[in-house]
Amino acid sequence: MEFLTRITELTWLIPLLPALAFALILLTGRKGPGQGAYIAVAGIASSFVLSLLVIAAVLSRALHGHEFEAFAHSAPWMTVGGLPIRMGYYVDQLTAMMLLVVTTVAMLVQIYSIGYMHGDKRYPRYFAYISLFSAAMLSLVIADNLLLFFISWELVGLTSYLLIGFWFEKPSAMRAAKKAFIVTRVGDVGFFMGLLLLFWYTQSVNLREMFAHIPAMMSQTIFGLPALPVAGLLLFAGAVGKSAQFPLHVWLPDAMEGPTPVSALIHAATMVAAGVYLVGRMYPIFAFEPHSITLTVVATIGIITALMAATIATVQNDIKRILAYSTISQLGFMMMGLGVGGCGYTAGLFHLMTHAFFKANLFLGSGSVIHGTGTQDIREMGGLSKKMPYTYWTFLIATAALAGLPFTSGFFSKDEILLEAFHANQTIFWLGLVAAFLTAFYMTRLMALAFWGEPKNKEIHAHESPKVMTRPLVVLAVLSLVAGYIGWPTKNIFHHLVHFGEAEAVPFSWTVALLATGSAFAGIGLGWAVFMKRVISPSVFREKLPWAYNLLANKYYFDEIYWAILVVPLFRITAMLNGFDQKIVDGMVNGVGRVTVLMSVVWGWFDKWVVDGAVLLIGAITKLLGRLLRFTQTGMEQDYVLFMFVGILMIVGVYLLH
Amino acid sequence: MIPLEWYLGLSAALFCIGIFAVLSRRNAIGILMGIELMLNAANINLVALARYMHPHILTGQVFAIFIMTVAAAEAAVGLAIVISVYRNAEHINIDKITTMKW
Repeated sequence: MEFLTRITELTWLIPLLPALAFALILLTGRKGPGQGAYIAVAGIASSFVLSLLVIAAVLSRALHGHEFEAFAHSAPWMTVGGLPIRMGYYVDQLTAMMLLVVTTVAMLVQIYSIGYMHGDKRYPRYFAYISLFSAAMLSLVIADNLLLFFISWELVGLTSYLLIGFWFEKPSAMRAAKKAFIVTRVGDVGFFMGLLLLFWYTQSVNLREMFAHIPAMMSQTIFGLPALPVAGLLLFAGAVGKSAQFPLHVWLPDAMEGPTPVSALIHAATMVAAGVYLVGRMYPIFAFEPHSITLTVVATIGIITALMAATIATVQNDIKRILAYSTISQLGFMMMGLGVGGCGYTAGLFHLMTHAFFKANLFLGSGSVIHGTGTQDIREMGGLSKKMPYTYWTFLIATAALAGLPFTSGFFSKDEILLEAFHANQTIFWLGLVAAFLTAFYMTRLMALAFWGEPKNKEIHAHESPKVMTRPLVVLAVLSLVAGYIGWPTKNIFHHLVHFGEAEAVPFSWTVALLATGSAFAGIGLGWAVFMKRVISPSVFREKLPWAYNLLANKYYFDEIYWAILVVPLFRITAMLNGFDQKIVDGMVNGVGRVTVLMSVVWGWFDKWVVDGAVLLIGAITKLLGRLLRFTQTGMEQDYVLFMFVGILMIVGVYLLH
Repeated sequence: MIPLEWYLGLSAALFCIGIFAVLSRRNAIGILMGIELMLNAANINLVALARYMHPHILTGQVFAIFIMTVAAAEAAVGLAIVISVYRNAEHINIDKITTMKW
């Protein structure tokens, strides 16, 4: 106990170790152990071990004590406008959960990457980036103040950009990286404004000090609007960007251009969940009163996102894109959970954890499939279950968890979210149920097309991936199965650990559980009927409702709409500014240039005739005098003696005359 | 007693002969001899003036002895140079000794 408490004083090392690995890989490059891969794995593995000890400390304190007091420590950082700002770590149960998720997934993904990235020409750089990402993400998780949180938030955004554009020779990857960076930046502006607003009212960036000022902020207004919801919504804008919520979700599917392990780590399990974590961390700002306007917005955005992404996922053909839309949809579920209030907080964050495991598993599995088949199009796969058994079974387990089949981890967390929604808002509950149904449906479709049935493309000779890739899959599959049991409905340990306020868990409801399970089985059944048994032709939807199919296949035309209403006008403005630049600014510069040339001609003339003339005149006079004086320099000593003698005579003569 | 003016006249005559020799001779030994004449003209002046102006003070005579010493040293160095020049150039015409001229 005492030892564990002391261990938490080393929490600051957790993000520092991967950062150290990053620096080491940069310095050693290809000469490093395993071309840098072993350094990266060693860094994250030590963070993982340290995290486990910190988690053990949190658990032992949380399960034995009555009042949980967070492990926190900070040191002076800087002074802003006379206000000292301190930087440090803050470890409570939520932090511990995130530490577990991030270090576990990051470690497994990095081990997996050794196999997946094998032979890549920028192999060390990949591990450097991913170590930097781990460092930034871990410092985001343990940050005790919003400023450090924001800095880490931007750093993970940067590494996301670098890794999406890792194969920057591909124009699509380059574009996707830029898109991800710019779209999330839109949300980050909101985040930063929210941060400044909170700093303005609370005179602090420290989380606990901020929360202490909430009652005082309740009465404040800004531009006639209540300040607290405004600040909350601005923070939520950041979360919307980072967690790819409607309407800023467009970057995440394109982000699949990056290497698949990156998609698993950054764009499924950890970074995109940082938005949810932000809402969870800043929950007092959001839930200053039950059913506050802020929470309503969060829940609404969440359910819109969950439904929208799930519908799009049903018609996609790229295995990674299906999973990307699935991620967006599940992130929507989490936001929805956080937004419905009460114990939805616990449910949403619980789903964050279980989702991280099974979605990382799915992405790594899809990476294994891509590695084995060389294609990402599920229409070209089929029959992979026999050729890639490890990948198949782990993928199947994760799919079951994602669909929410009973006794998998996804079942417990999703059921809990739906349960909270059922008691808070019936509309959201029924829409959530539809999203759950769609989730089961599109995952069945994916399984049916990729793994079951007969191979469709005879030219693809699929093979199982090496052990370094399948072992992490097995670990994640086990986690996908068992991680849910800490949230067993009747004895919910997770709720005991991570909760907000004194909200009592809503008792387990058979109605909700049966409805959720029923919708999952309905989705699977429909998928089975359509894509395996072919009772209903898969093309019937396309033929009967072409407009709806096109709407979904084109992702509700979000990209096109943004292109038309944002990008094109932006280009116009830039073209106008360019014209201004060309004509007015350049004109001024050229005018100044021409005047200068004219002036220099005049000055050149003056220089040539007046200044140079004076100099030459002096030279000429000197030359003339020299020519005259030359006659006295005969080189004969006797002449000089004569001059001397005459000179002496003259001096004497002058002396005598006086 | 011979008046002082005679000594001064002799001295001036000797000095002028010395000057003329220095300025006009081309032979290095002739020039050295001219210099000796001028030095000895100065000596006559010193001794004569000392005798006539301050008969009890011997400063002038002592000074003349010093000048003779210097003149001997000068003649020795000068003649050594002349011999050396002669060995190299086989003449001692100072107008033609231009080796060290620019």
